[in-house]
Amino acid sequence: MFSRIMVSGLFSGALGGIIAGFLQWYFVQPVLLHSELYEAGILTHFVGTSNSAHPDLEYIQPMRDGLSLIFSMLIYTGYAIILIAAMLLREQESETNITFHQGIIWGVSGFFVVHLAPAISLPPEVPGVATAELQLRQIWWFATTLLTAGGLWIIAFTEKGSRFIIGAALILAPHIIGAPEPDIFTGPAPTEIGALFASRALGIGLISWAMLGGLSAFFLKKETMRATP
Amino acid sequence: MTAIVQSVSQSKSQLLSIAFAAILGLLIIYIAGHAQSQMLHEAAHDVRHATGFPCH
Repeated sequence: MFSRIMVSGLFSGALGGIIAGFLQWYFVQPVLLHSELYEAGILTHFVGTSNSAHPDLEYIQPMRDGLSLIFSMLIYTGYAIILIAAMLLREQESETNITFHQGIIWGVSGFFVVHLAPAISLPPEVPGVATAELQLRQIWWFATTLLTAGGLWIIAFTEKGSRFIIGAALILAPHIIGAPEPDIFTGPAPTEIGALFASRALGIGLISWAMLGGLSAFFLKKETMRATP
Repeated sequence: MTAIVQSVSQSKSQLLSIAFAAILGLLIIYIAGHAQSQMLHEAAHDVRHATGFPCH
């Protein structure tokens, strides 16, 4: 069982991570590089200044992009292992197998848990925006993903209407409590860049997770068939 | 009876496998996405931002 999770997790995570890495490099990285010009003070955008919205950027940086691709594969492998563990738990409970297409739904749910739900109160940050203390934000991020996962699980797999309310409450709770916010705004990045970065990061996250979910279900099925001839 | 005991212990060990795998996955996410060693932070910087993790 354990090796089945690991093998299918490695395959789907590596593949999903490569896809996510390339999508991020093409769609998200240019926005990040642009913002770093403001973060470093090379460009400023206060009253009286007018900058080109399309500065020359160094789009290809082999070392930096290579490391990003490796870490993208690592992170998506971690995600895939957790996702497949959850899929197996469900398969045991329901005594059914998850198909490729259902896997995509699982992937979209995973996106909701680790990307969209935290982003409701803690949007993806482009370099050069004001933020609260890092450790507090990390604690809030982990707490929010765990509560959202629990809430979504209850909503997805319970028949009782009253439990649905409990699931919804778990998902909303971290946002009612509130995410750590900066005391003052000191971020030098233009709002246009920050907004584009957040929506690009979320959009690419959704596509990547949908693929990760499908791939995870596919490789899990393959490994299960191999384990039980 | 033996069959029931067997299937219970089997499903217990399967649950353990699932739990262990999930913890391992979380550990990978923590190290790649959140740990604050200078080297890790620099190497993973762009992905951390693009993946929506709190960074800096």
